[in-house]
Amino acid sequence: MERVIVSMQDPDMGMKMRNQRLLITVIPHAMTGRDIVDWLIQKYTITEEEALHIGNFLVKYGYIYPLKEPRNLCLKQDETPYRFQTPYYWTSTRWPASELDYAIYLAKKNIRKQGELIEYEKECYNALHKRINHTWDFVVMQAREQLRASKQRRKADRIVLECQEQAYWLINRPPVSRYSDVMLYMWCLPLKNKLCMFVWVCSFVKYCEQYQDHDPIMQGCLPSNPWITDDIMYWNMNSETVTMPTKLRVERWSFSFMELLNDPLGRKELLTYLEKEFSAENLCFWQACEEVRHGEASKIAAKVDEVYKQFLAPGASRWVNIDSKTMEKTLEGIKHPHRFVLDDAQMHIYFLMKKDSYPRYLKSELYKNLLAKAIVPQETKKSVFPFMRRQRHSSPSPALVTQTAEDNGKAKPSAAKANAGTASQI
Amino acid sequence: MYPSIHPSIHLSTLTSISSSPVIIYVHLAVQQLQTLCFLANFPLAKMAAQEVQPSETIAKLKSESEALKTKLEEERAKLHDVELHQVAEKVDPLGQFVMKTRRTLKGHGNKVLCMDWCKDKRRIVSSSQDGKVIVWDAFTTNKEHAVTMPCTWVMACAYAPSGCAVACGGLDNKCSVYPLSLDKNENLAAKKKSVAMHTNYLSACSFTNSDMQILTSSGDGTCALWDVESGQLLQSFHGHAADVLCLDLAPSETGNTFVSGGCDKKANVWDMRSGQCIQSFETHESDINSVRYYPSGDAFASGSDDATCRLYDLRADREVAIYSKESIIFGASSVDFSLSGRLLFGGYNDYTINVWDVLKGTRVSILFGHENRVSTLRVSPDGTAFCSGSWDHTLRVRE
Repeated sequence: MERVIVSMQDPDMGMKMRNQRLLITVIPHAMTGRDIVDWLIQKYTITEEEALHIGNFLVKYGYIYPLKEPRNLCLKQDETPYRFQTPYYWTSTRWPASELDYAIYLAKKNIRKQGELIEYEKECYNALHKRINHTWDFVVMQAREQLRASKQRRKADRIVLECQEQAYWLINRPPVSRYSDVMLYMWCLPLKNKLCMFVWVCSFVKYCEQYQDHDPIMQGCLPSNPWITDDIMYWNMNSETVTMPTKLRVERWSFSFMELLNDPLGRKELLTYLEKEFSAENLCFWQACEEVRHGEASKIAAKVDEVYKQFLAPGASRWVNIDSKTMEKTLEGIKHPHRFVLDDAQMHIYFLMKKDSYPRYLKSELYKNLLAKAIVPQETKKSVFPFMRRQRHSSPSPALVTQTAEDNGKAKPSAAKANAGTASQI
Repeated sequence: MYPSIHPSIHLSTLTSISSSPVIIYVHLAVQQLQTLCFLANFPLAKMAAQEVQPSETIAKLKSESEALKTKLEEERAKLHDVELHQVAEKVDPLGQFVMKTRRTLKGHGNKVLCMDWCKDKRRIVSSSQDGKVIVWDAFTTNKEHAVTMPCTWVMACAYAPSGCAVACGGLDNKCSVYPLSLDKNENLAAKKKSVAMHTNYLSACSFTNSDMQILTSSGDGTCALWDVESGQLLQSFHGHAADVLCLDLAPSETGNTFVSGGCDKKANVWDMRSGQCIQSFETHESDINSVRYYPSGDAFASGSDDATCRLYDLRADREVAIYSKESIIFGASSVDFSLSGRLLFGGYNDYTINVWDVLKGTRVSILFGHENRVSTLRVSPDGTAFCSGSWDHTLRVRE
């Protein structure tokens, strides 16, 4: 299905785009139902009925969403406008939709316009409120933050994003008919739990598939597995300080926010991007919190104080935007600093970056350029004499790296010499 | 009037769910089932709303809705036991794997009990029964450091994330941290820092995200989190009824949980901040020797003396797969996942390593080579190889 969508979006051979008029704002990249059907007929040389059938599926699964009647998920072969759903929200990539995310979405809607939630949404909202009551504060905070962040965007962008999100949730949380309320809930709840089970178990399949190409034992690695060929080029190409990363590595950053943060190069790239967006203090704050959490116990008080001065104090040079409740709680906690005092604030900023900065980074020119320029290593040709072993070079011990940093002033020739060639036998 | 119900059409699409476990169908299934429920209950609801109904119509509608309900129950029952291997039926099977021993590390004088990889993907620390802890560059097979512990049976060792220190412990009931110095004249034992103190043997230890904290598990039935600088106990975890044999930290976003397995056949998931046991799994029939998280952090595998390895899903809160064969009668001492989580390597007490397909539940390969039981097994941090240590005094790195 996704192949069809991608070819539809092709600038030359794809769909003809028009502008949508919504009161005063003009939103580009819309298309009419008729255009969609016509394009499908032409591209795949099928009948009108079949094109309509395929088109209907595209809408039902959320790859295209209608702009006029968002709840009516079907393709109408007339002037009704539609738009492509962003790949971020595709059923196949962004899934499963968690309760927390849905709760945040409903909370946002509720805050934005009182009474905008329709019947079934209201019920879902109340049910979720009961179920995840312990994190409800967090949900409301996240919702407020996201609304605030979105207000800073252009109106056209904002409307598009809202439509996309709404379409996504209509697919993933379809409305339940009024009649079946009580009986359905009681009866289908165990069924829904089993379906959830189904979904969770499917996630393993999904994860394995996604990472299969990155698994050296399963798929091999380019240029070659160092343990087999004695050639350490693979490690050199993927080291932390390399100037141009490999394609697989850059692709992996798009799998999850955690992947991007765990890779030092990825983190650096994110920082560069955030600096352009003037929100680099978020990442710096997160990193500082990590240091507090995992650092030495004796230095906690000093570090927390640093963090306060730099990020939390009113008028601080790199002030981070946390909602008032969390800020209050954190400032209270700072008076008696302990390892986890910054946890709430850190989590808040983490989810903010994950929801807002991370998807935008993946769509940014910076990331796309890097992905285009990234190296795909050549496979090492197998040597003519397979029995001749290459010389296995030793690498500097990580212990040495920190030692030389420490003994910057002092000369320690013995240590340096000991590591010059291969390590001695003990 | 009443909407016409065509049960055959609806249900034929329903039966497609069990035979093609594709994720997308789940959403459609929910919609269809909900529509069906609505339709099934509609006559009853309508009856409640209206006052007068011809009796024969009521009877007919009642029987129709009953028939639909039973059909739906049948479909529900089919989804009741959702096992991983059923869902994975559509996944391509794995081909033959050729995994040869690429390096053999010889140098220990006695049984190798534990090993750990360094973050630089080539160095290894290993500990053995004679009290020796050796740091190797496994790529060149050179030994870089050696420490003699004051006790025998060093059952736990771990490499610090920075690569600058190792932690080890065993029958001395302590966990000690040795900063690695490259000065050949310096005795590593001189700078040793005693961090953890238990009342029984140390079975496993692991650094958390930094060099500053260590998590330990012990034969005294508890796990504990320690600050390395001061040796202070930060948190203790009580809940196991017998010796705790293994632990593993979760690779999650919030990084706050870990799982431990013990001789009480239970695997417990703990919250590091509060010290509470969040989840507990008890389906093994014997001591759990090893636990390891699935790379996504949503599940973990365990290897036990009952000759099985099992996969537990944390969200579903239950076991989702068992990896066992009738021909395997010896316990699994150590398990680890490949990078993608598709393969599960298990080191067994019958001197072999079994490689399992995690999704399908079948054995992909069996590896020989060790001359005594395999006591420890870890996949390298970048997934390029895995290392197994054995009671035959050697360690083997295989790809």
